[in-house]
Amino acid sequence: MSFLRSFIMPVLVFAGLFGCFPQKKETTKNEETTETRNAPVAEEIDAGAGDILVGSVFPLTGPIATYGQESLNGIKLALETINAEGINGKKMRLISEDNKGEPTESANAVRKLINVDKVHVIFGSVASSNTLAGAPIAQAAKVPLLTPASTNEVVTKKGDYIFRSCFTDDFQGVVMAKFARETLKKNKALIVIDVASDYSRGLAKVFQKNFVELGGQVIEGTFTYNQGDKDFRSLLRKVKRAAPDVIFVPGYYTEVGTMLQQARQMGFSVPFLGGDGWDSPKLKELAGSEGIKGNYISSHFSPDDQDPAVQTFVKNYKAKYAQLPGAMAALGHDGMLVLAHAIRSIKTEITHEAVREALSKVRGFMGVTGTITIDENRNAKKSAVVLETTPNGTTFKQKVSP
Amino acid sequence: MSESTTLFLYDLATYLLNGITQGSVYALIALGYTMVYGIIQLINFAHGEFYMMGAFIGFFALVSGVPIWLALPASMLGAGLLAMVTERLVYRPLRNAGRIPALVTALGMSLFFQYAGQALLGATPRSFPQVIPTKTYQWGELYVTNIQLLIIFCTFVLMVFLWWLVNKTRVGKAMRATSFNHHVAELMGIDTNKIIGLTFFIGGAFAGVAGILVGMYYNTIDPTMGMIPGIKAFVAAVLGGIGIIPGAVLGGLVLGVAENLVVGLWVSTYRDAIAFAILILILLFKPAGLLGSPKREKI
Repeated sequence: MSFLRSFIMPVLVFAGLFGCFPQKKETTKNEETTETRNAPVAEEIDAGAGDILVGSVFPLTGPIATYGQESLNGIKLALETINAEGINGKKMRLISEDNKGEPTESANAVRKLINVDKVHVIFGSVASSNTLAGAPIAQAAKVPLLTPASTNEVVTKKGDYIFRSCFTDDFQGVVMAKFARETLKKNKALIVIDVASDYSRGLAKVFQKNFVELGGQVIEGTFTYNQGDKDFRSLLRKVKRAAPDVIFVPGYYTEVGTMLQQARQMGFSVPFLGGDGWDSPKLKELAGSEGIKGNYISSHFSPDDQDPAVQTFVKNYKAKYAQLPGAMAALGHDGMLVLAHAIRSIKTEITHEAVREALSKVRGFMGVTGTITIDENRNAKKSAVVLETTPNGTTFKQKVSP
Repeated sequence: MSESTTLFLYDLATYLLNGITQGSVYALIALGYTMVYGIIQLINFAHGEFYMMGAFIGFFALVSGVPIWLALPASMLGAGLLAMVTERLVYRPLRNAGRIPALVTALGMSLFFQYAGQALLGATPRSFPQVIPTKTYQWGELYVTNIQLLIIFCTFVLMVFLWWLVNKTRVGKAMRATSFNHHVAELMGIDTNKIIGLTFFIGGAFAGVAGILVGMYYNTIDPTMGMIPGIKAFVAAVLGGIGIIPGAVLGGLVLGVAENLVVGLWVSTYRDAIAFAILILILLFKPAGLLGSPKREKI
């Protein structure tokens, strides 16, 4: 223990010193903050020029860079709104880190934001594997972390400082089972699983349970594929022989796109259903316009939703970025607003503990992705949308509430 | 015949057709593995990457408006030249360094191409331009696409061409001689460096064809697409007896069909496990591969 302490303390002091240098110039006028900065204690928040520091961790380069860039667009739009009004006289400042879509980089970014930038709260990331790499570090340092888009169940189980402002994977299974049974009126479902993915298996389990509870039948048997597979024809033959009237494939667009194309070539006519893993423009490219027709996915958000709040957001986003916002933009936007809403309610000094406390008390916050309530497990209770995939993009089908 | 028997036969036909198509792709890549091994006893792990590069050369050619009958030879030529250049720059200086350094270098080249590809081309999968519209023919419950037929046809034609080249031409004779004994072949006036370069070129070109055909078949290509088929093709080459040309094709087809039968009749989770179990079993009983004999005839 003493060895550990003697090793860690110099590191913390060192990190503290480094954190000071780049900011020293801009804050010399504020004597109070320079004083606090001299204290070599890592846990203490560096209030900067009185700003509220939000450290964001998103994939801005790498294979899932589009998710991160879109999130950041949404975040910046939200920041404009927040800072126009201010948070009890303070401004919110974003320190953006790139995790390249990799777990290790995510962990490093979180560590840097906590030790060097001394942020009040960490915001991010997108992929659950990335958030899961950073969450234990934030938890250990007792710095609250809010993810706007990681849907894996385990994320918020990492500790009482980890929150999310989106729904969980399980909920997507519930939504699609409800939709298949009640809207499409299907009786015989078949589930195809990506075996290596927790996401896929989680959704499948919940879909199966809910579809059966609603009076439907799920075809027995194992229908699986592996990530990276490109040939699904033999699997699809087996699926076809089981004669389902709806097929649930909670996978990612890379494999699903190819699968849909091959299914169409093999004369499939029943609808395929999926989760937000399908939600990418690549899906259409891979599936072709024949393959993509007439399938449904659950998602966080649709720009076609005629809700006035959604339409205002779409209008502002289009004005700023000249493109339609995707789900990630809307989630980033809402997550940031939830954060601002929570911090605004803090009447005392803004500490990590106060932010954590405030986040856990968010109830009925109206965002563009639905009404957000943080439950006792630090997950958001909110509605999902069902979209129909068409050759011209996805179209809004219906909203499903928990 | 009862209805369930008929349906079962259609199942079987579907699995066989898919297996033969996939196996043909393995076979095309395996031919390059086996030829290179036959001539310099090098297991060229970077071979799967020539397949990837063939796919990308075809992709860029087609995207920029080159017609398919030109894009196909272009990707053959491009992948073949890349294989030849790799041999000249990387493998030739190491030819006398022993087998292990060459093997490790081949592994390194494979990773180099994969990651350089990701850095230059991006890691996201791209959809391949649909230059030949997919037509589906239907016989009862069996669906066959024109691309599947094209893949099987190309493999057959190229295999026959290779067999003719190796067994019936002067170049082929020189290849066989080089494979048999470098030094003696050189004493007989054969430029072995040229012959080895040519072998790499042919292997790379075949992999390039496989790449462009697979792009059309699955409609998706990415810089790491060569890794798994490369390993599978290596297995196919060993399965058929490494260094033996018909063996590579037979090995590819056996592997492809076995995989699809496992997926169709059992669970796809076990696909690779079963495929490799078959490999181990065959090698236990026939260590030289399906077509190998103790006194091996190399290329």
